Amino acid sequence: MNNINMEKTHILSIHVENESGVLTRVAGLFSARGFNIDSICVAKMLDKNESKMIIATSGDTQILEQITKQLNRLVNVIKVQELTDEDSVVRQTVLIKVNADETTKSDIFRIKDIFGGRVIDVSRNSYTLEATGSERKIESLIDILRPLGIKDIVKTGIIALQRTRKQS
Amino acid sequence: MEHNSKKEIITGSKIILESLIREGVDTIFGYPGGAVLNIYDELLNYKSRIKHVLVRHEQGAAHAADGYARASGKVGVVLVTSGPGATNTITGIATANMDSVPMVIITGQVPTNLIGNDAFQEADTVGITRPCTKHNYLVKDIKDLAKTIKEAFYIASTGRPGPVLIDIPKDITSSVYEFDYPETVELRGYSPTYFGHHVQISKLAAEIVKAKRPLLYIGGGVISSNAANELKELAELLDLPVTSTLMGLGGFPSDHPLFFGMLGMHGTYAANMAISNADFIVAIGARFDDRVTGKVEEFGKNAKFAHIDIDPSSIGKNVKIEIPVVGDVKSVLSSLLEILSNKTEEISSAKYDRLGWLEEINAWKYEHPLLYHMKDVIKPQYVIEKIYELTAGEAVIATEVGQSQMWTAQFYKFKNPRTLLTSGGLGTMGFGFPAAIGAQIACPDKTVFDIAGDGSIQMNIQELATAVQYNLPVKIAIINNNFLGMIRQWQELFYHKRYSFSEMNVNPDFVKLAEAYGAVGLRAKKPDEVVPVIEKALSIKKPVIMDFVVDREESVYPMVAPGSPITGMLLV
Repeated sequence: MNNINMEKTHILSIHVENESGVLTRVAGLFSARGFNIDSICVAKMLDKNESKMIIATSGDTQILEQITKQLNRLVNVIKVQELTDEDSVVRQTVLIKVNADETTKSDIFRIKDIFGGRVIDVSRNSYTLEATGSERKIESLIDILRPLGIKDIVKTGIIALQRTRKQS
Repeated sequence: MEHNSKKEIITGSKIILESLIREGVDTIFGYPGGAVLNIYDELLNYKSRIKHVLVRHEQGAAHAADGYARASGKVGVVLVTSGPGATNTITGIATANMDSVPMVIITGQVPTNLIGNDAFQEADTVGITRPCTKHNYLVKDIKDLAKTIKEAFYIASTGRPGPVLIDIPKDITSSVYEFDYPETVELRGYSPTYFGHHVQISKLAAEIVKAKRPLLYIGGGVISSNAANELKELAELLDLPVTSTLMGLGGFPSDHPLFFGMLGMHGTYAANMAISNADFIVAIGARFDDRVTGKVEEFGKNAKFAHIDIDPSSIGKNVKIEIPVVGDVKSVLSSLLEILSNKTEEISSAKYDRLGWLEEINAWKYEHPLLYHMKDVIKPQYVIEKIYELTAGEAVIATEVGQSQMWTAQFYKFKNPRTLLTSGGLGTMGFGFPAAIGAQIACPDKTVFDIAGDGSIQMNIQELATAVQYNLPVKIAIINNNFLGMIRQWQELFYHKRYSFSEMNVNPDFVKLAEAYGAVGLRAKKPDEVVPVIEKALSIKKPVIMDFVVDREESVYPMVAPGSPITGMLLV
């Protein structure tokens, strides 16, 4: 792989026909070129015949441009758009089960408040938090909770939507 | 059946065949099996309208349909069963996919209730063929059948053409539904761009007139889009030198004074020098394959590039393009000619300025023409030269892959599009002979050759029975050196003559083999036997194998070592 120089995270928003096999076709274009998909989210759109996939990937910009062109070639792909951090809102949701005892409970609540999260499950010795935000925010939440002992964690892939340009 | 305005209720098998007829299909290449028995049963009722060619191996069916499509420009159709029937076609499908050949492959599948059960002769055909088709379908509901066939033909034959596979479970072919063949297709994700952007074409027109050392580099797109006439008009209008990829041969007359031969690894000295010295290169329906560019950083290093291609993903893939034009070659060239028709004065002065450039390329051509040295053994190049002369360059020539393919590209001067059928992209040994069968069916009045090596002909030799059965007078010329010649050549040049398993120590007696199949076998061992053998073969209205026993260690020159700049040619 010649992705030494220009490696960077890319977010692709791919509008597809909601048919069986589409995910495989899309994923196949990445795997055939040795590209790893960092995360992927797929769901139906308002029109249930269509789905949108948000794929996060990192790698050589030129190869990604080639993948984008080839995605456009797929018969089931309606539109492909690359989203950037600057011109779009990017969100991820995380569920974290963290150790909790009398001494750390209040810390967990404080951290949760700072990150705008929620406690969604409580047991005698663990709390499960839910938080949504940018990837960076989720990473720092994880970093802060880590010393307390994270028992389990699950993250969604990122989802992203292009911002509407402000009228001048 | 009712004959009023109500739609007919017919079986899935009948829907398939009626749909094929609506698509203008009159020939299919196939092999029966369990999952397609319903279709085959119905096929007997269509005998007068659809010719079914029974091959001897499903790979042969795929290549024959491919050859039929390349020679005629129509969509080639294949019908095979599930499991091994389908997997046997994969090489043929991948070959067609790499070379952008329109094909529709219908494969049987186990009944829907058994899919995923490891049923007898079950394979995940759609899964296996996904990366080597333009698109593929599994029909899960008979109500989608006609629509799917309509879409398959549309996708296969439009845009950058390619193979489309339809996998049809057996229960779908026996159940019934009303037949209503759609007039149009609705595919939101698929709309090829045919007309190039006017601004881009104007830019191209301006640059092509301005350039001092322009060059046209043409590929298979010229042939798929039937643009040979427009190309010739363009080249002659501006006195533009032309070089071609393997796939583009025949897209421009090889005997034309503006033609300088194939470029690339086994390209002519003149073509490769022209690429390296040009200041403006227009790539037309070509895709900058590694066998063409050599070391890609050095390819056309003194030139600006324009690229006309219907597939946006081909543009800028390997080489930076200053003027990309996405569109159908024929349509873009027509628009370009129209714009140029208003620049008559500039053109005549430009032509005058470029006389030196043409002289320079001609000097390269005379300095190092394609040549070989006659000896008392048969030279392979001599055989091909004589086939060219005795067919006046008018034959349809299919090739296998390797040395015989390259010598054909160099020494047969193709005049017309669709007369060279060769596996350029995938490089499939075993392609040529079944492709020649398909071509002979598409063009019954033409002389059709397969130029083969002794290695590659054995990869689909079973199709000799097909050729005999349908009385197809295909001429097979075996360039027999008892070697996998191109492998041997690479081993000679890059592996210190360590001929690791490239020698064919045991070959059949090809003359007797032909006779065993009911074809005719001829042999030439000395140079003066070559012409009589070809003449005799041409006079026989049956399949003929010509076994040319040639110089064993002849190599293809010029040759550029892989990854080297294309100016670094080893010459004869």
